[in-house]
Amino acid sequence: MIEALHNVQAPAGPQAEAVYHLWLILLGVCSVVFIGVMAALALAVRRAPRATRDTPPQIELLERREPRVVRGVVIAVAVSGVLLLGLLAASVYTSRALAALPLAEALHIELTAHQWWWEARYDDAEPSRIFVVANELHVPVGRPVVVTLRASDVIHSLWVPSLTGKKDLIPGRTAMIALRADRAGVYRGQCAEFCGYQHAKMALFVIADEPDAWQRWADGQRAPAAAPRTAEEARGRELFETGTCAMCHAVAGTIAGARKAPDLTHVASRSTLAAGAIPNELAARTAWLLDPQAIKPGVRMPATSLSPHDTAAIAAFLGSLR
Amino acid sequence: MSVFTRWFGLLDSGRRETTPASVPPVRIGDALDVANLPSYGFGTRNLMWWGNAGMMTIEAVGFALMVGVYFYLRSLNAVWPNEGRPPDLLWGTLNVVLAIATGFPNAMVDRAANQQNVRKVRIWIVAFAVLTLALLPIRWLEFMALNVRGDASAYGSCVWVLLGLHTFNLVTDVMDTLVVCAVMFKKKIDGKRFVDVAENAGYWWFIIGSWIPIYAVIYLAPRM
Amino acid sequence: MSVNAGFAGALPDDGHAGGSSAEGSKVERRPIIRDGAGWDSAAARALERTWSDAPGLLGFLRTNDHKRIGRRFIVTALLFFVAAGVLAAVMRVQLAVPDNHVVGPDLYDQLFTMHGTTMMFVFAVPVMQGLSVYFVPLMVGTRNTAFPRMTQCAYWIYAVGALTFWVAFALNTGADAGWFAYVPLTGPQYGVGHRADLWNNLVNFTEAMGLMVAVDIATVILKMRAPGMSLRRMPLFVWASLVTSVMIIFAMPSVMLAANLVSFDRTFGTHFFNPAEGGDVLLWQHLFWFFGHPEVYFIFIPALGFVSTIIPVFARRPMFGHDAVVMSLIATGFLAFGLWVHHMFATNLPELGKSFFTAMSYMIAIPTAVQIFCWIATLWTGRLNLRVPLLFVLGFFFILVLGGLSGIMVGSVPLDLQVHDTYFVVAHLHYVLIGGAVFPLFGALHYWFPKVTGRMLDERLGRWQFWLFFVGFNVAFFPMHILGLQGMPRRMYTYGAETGWGPLNLVATIGAALIAVSVLLFLINVIRSRLHGARAGDDPWGASTLEWSTRSPPPQYNFVALPVVTSREPLWVPRPSGAPTHVSGLSAEDREGLVTTVLDALPDVRYSYPEPTIWPFVAAWAVWGWLFWSGLSSAGMFWGLIPPALAFIGWYWPSNKETTRQLLLDKRP
Repeated sequence: MIEALHNVQAPAGPQAEAVYHLWLILLGVCSVVFIGVMAALALAVRRAPRATRDTPPQIELLERREPRVVRGVVIAVAVSGVLLLGLLAASVYTSRALAALPLAEALHIELTAHQWWWEARYDDAEPSRIFVVANELHVPVGRPVVVTLRASDVIHSLWVPSLTGKKDLIPGRTAMIALRADRAGVYRGQCAEFCGYQHAKMALFVIADEPDAWQRWADGQRAPAAAPRTAEEARGRELFETGTCAMCHAVAGTIAGARKAPDLTHVASRSTLAAGAIPNELAARTAWLLDPQAIKPGVRMPATSLSPHDTAAIAAFLGSLR
Repeated sequence: MSVFTRWFGLLDSGRRETTPASVPPVRIGDALDVANLPSYGFGTRNLMWWGNAGMMTIEAVGFALMVGVYFYLRSLNAVWPNEGRPPDLLWGTLNVVLAIATGFPNAMVDRAANQQNVRKVRIWIVAFAVLTLALLPIRWLEFMALNVRGDASAYGSCVWVLLGLHTFNLVTDVMDTLVVCAVMFKKKIDGKRFVDVAENAGYWWFIIGSWIPIYAVIYLAPRM
Repeated sequence: MSVNAGFAGALPDDGHAGGSSAEGSKVERRPIIRDGAGWDSAAARALERTWSDAPGLLGFLRTNDHKRIGRRFIVTALLFFVAAGVLAAVMRVQLAVPDNHVVGPDLYDQLFTMHGTTMMFVFAVPVMQGLSVYFVPLMVGTRNTAFPRMTQCAYWIYAVGALTFWVAFALNTGADAGWFAYVPLTGPQYGVGHRADLWNNLVNFTEAMGLMVAVDIATVILKMRAPGMSLRRMPLFVWASLVTSVMIIFAMPSVMLAANLVSFDRTFGTHFFNPAEGGDVLLWQHLFWFFGHPEVYFIFIPALGFVSTIIPVFARRPMFGHDAVVMSLIATGFLAFGLWVHHMFATNLPELGKSFFTAMSYMIAIPTAVQIFCWIATLWTGRLNLRVPLLFVLGFFFILVLGGLSGIMVGSVPLDLQVHDTYFVVAHLHYVLIGGAVFPLFGALHYWFPKVTGRMLDERLGRWQFWLFFVGFNVAFFPMHILGLQGMPRRMYTYGAETGWGPLNLVATIGAALIAVSVLLFLINVIRSRLHGARAGDDPWGASTLEWSTRSPPPQYNFVALPVVTSREPLWVPRPSGAPTHVSGLSAEDREGLVTTVLDALPDVRYSYPEPTIWPFVAAWAVWGWLFWSGLSSAGMFWGLIPPALAFIGWYWPSNKETTRQLLLDKRP
């Protein structure tokens, strides 16, 4: 499987970086407070004389004032209050920094979450330049990306830890998230709101390419499906178009145009299948076609009743869709 | 005496409020002897008042939340009612007016109970029970006149459930009234039964009190 | 005090029946044995007879003794704690290594849902309420709770509801959408089968129970305290119970309403949560979390009460800053209602609003901090008896403070957007719930076991349990903070090896095993000590609250004479000379108690506790039938009301025997 970054403490963009700095502040302050309180407790336990059940209780303290202790507690509470105010300020400051990402020349993506895959539509002012991918996004390094978030069935959540915090995709509502990758690399995302059986296997890969490389990728995605080069691939394509596959999947340039399942026009350009569940290699692909339920139980794709011969053909066809 | 004072006088429950510990315990040796204390009390002196206060709070919070749900969903919908037709005013308005009118026999029951006058309690509680029973068929007509099905839209769901919650409250309190009424006709009655009648009357004030805002939300709000 | 001239100054266990009936029936004059004498008097023997339950099953079902009911709550809740813990153990085995095949996604989803729902609804709140039901009447110096039949009924509603929930799980219909059951996953379209209906039902059962007990506890605290126990002299655990009960009254209706709205969507086709017809998915989250956040305080605040009970006893001094602690409890109760949106930071609510909830979430840390510093100050200036209850309190400090600080982290909107719905939150919630509630709970169980059973728990086993639990807990849950930062979301039945999450998950599983062993030790300790433990006297710890002034276990009637309280620490501070010591004059041949005034607990009215009866048990089953039936059909919602109605009438209807007896005791106000 591909090497990907998915760590809050390894930010690769300004959003994740702002949060990472806040995290360090909070970690530092909270650690100091924790150690301080535990030290006070440990000291209290150590220095207090020992007693038994019969040690007479100090009931005179019901009447007597304890000014030094009062002072200590008041100071401790006051310090806590001041620290909390400071942390609140840091939090609000970070919120505002997150909202202030410059969005000039942003790339617009419309992300729709399904049970258990991601559909991404790359928007463009020119309608013929719009294209659809699934489960693996490429973004140009250094350019802001504005992602519109919708859910088609239940609540999902988009989370790419190394790039930005998460945002829920809620049926009936349209949300928005902005991010920018400042370093080339592969960043793994995950659905972060329990959405049913295969919530665990609903990954999203965000691959940041240098601008030229990204342009080439986008142009490639806009093109219709590559023509089959071998007889097996041609046969696979025919099975694909006339069998059950076309009922859910689309491959631009063929008659398959359904949108219920991931768009497969350039599926071979993706490094994983089934939202990150399996690598996109022939053996895994073939196993998936034979019985998706064995790999991702509950997934909406039924097992096909194809012969191994036919399965191999379709697998080859899919492998040709670069 | 102005009408106002007379009306207020009529609503006075006649509660002979004794101050707490007006029958103080008696010191006998090391003990505080309480044998002479009354065995029941009205108002906040009796536990049922507090239990009822708890129940009323629970139901009030439930109603308030349901009203909140109504306005929350309204804020998300451009057209409200979704179908455009608010409920007919006739039965709802009649019922809320009738409900307010039941306040009079209710006050009479409460006063008779505080006076621990069996005859008066029996007369007024029967009158009161009969009047409250009349509210139920009118409530049925209200449902029929809502002009929307509960499963048609979010608006329909809201009004049916809001009216339904209040109806559940209403029906259970009418049933409580009938039971308390029946007990008052037993041959032997101990003092606590008067307290029960008074508490039931207190609860009815809550029914009326919650009725008015719910009426306003269901019938008046969609017209604004 | 002057002697009332009308009373012949008779001895405490002699008296005359008085009273009049409204209809002027014959007044019998025969002496009623009244209480006020000591343990070996005629009054004590009469009390024993009056308050005893019938033997065997009938007595078991009819009893409304708060101690028996309270024990039932605690034992039942602890059994479900163990059951839910077993589910957690299975989850940890599944997650110990990547790509594991111990359980599949369907069962795993049920496991984490049953675990969370059971722990929150079926264990944590009931066990806290159960301890309140048992100890509040003892601590305030009365003989039973205010509405014993209601609490008796509440127990059965809880027990049958929880059992139904788990039987459904055994029949593969366990709830599977998480303990907070978000729509649309639990809605009519995606919540296939009856799993979500069982969850909605459980909420109705447990919240009905919670509300009934809350009203009872609040009333007994406000109106039945022993004479002289003014609000300022009330023990801190009683304050905690009061604050919790009031919070429950305001919060539980929200989740009951929400669960029933989902039920209506599922059963009747309403559209509360259906965006296509004007509903809203987030409505569920608002309604649920408006309850859900206070819910964790229903669990946490009584635990703070335990800590405030244990520390003074084992530091041999009154609580430092008692009044500040009381006000902190009240402030926490209020503020808890203003935090709920912090569970919704990842949704598309307006950003400015979210920051407000960060501020509120930070504000609630202040009253907690006040209490923590007051406790440390008490320990600092005290003389420490380092027994097992105090050990659990010290463990509480470590774990709860760490959890509270991780709470400051998740309370910040930008950071929460990274760690929300990840194992970081799983770590946080377990630190605050186990540290903040379960550790004090074990401390309280060790502290109060002698009072309930008359025997001491074994000290050595208790220490072993503590250390295993403390170490095991930190080994299990600390790595989860890191896992969350490393990108691991919640509720995943498995994960790939390439994520790198394997090693820390394995460590967590090892910790879970240690926790399991510690719980086993506790169970062994309880069973062994019940049978062979050292006999505890009335007061093995040298404590200051009223429950320790009576026998261990207390007799059914709690006190042979109700105490008169003259200080905040009644068992420590010697009585001022000339002050009364106890109450006399209540009938020992009837279940009589005393109602006092709210602020200063002046004796006001005598109260007849209801006799034991089977009706609350019957009513609970009738309610179960109604809720079950209405979940399945609309006819059930109406016709199903008839059995409960009949049961409640039977419950209320005063029998002639009761009325005749009451007339002998009656005295007009």
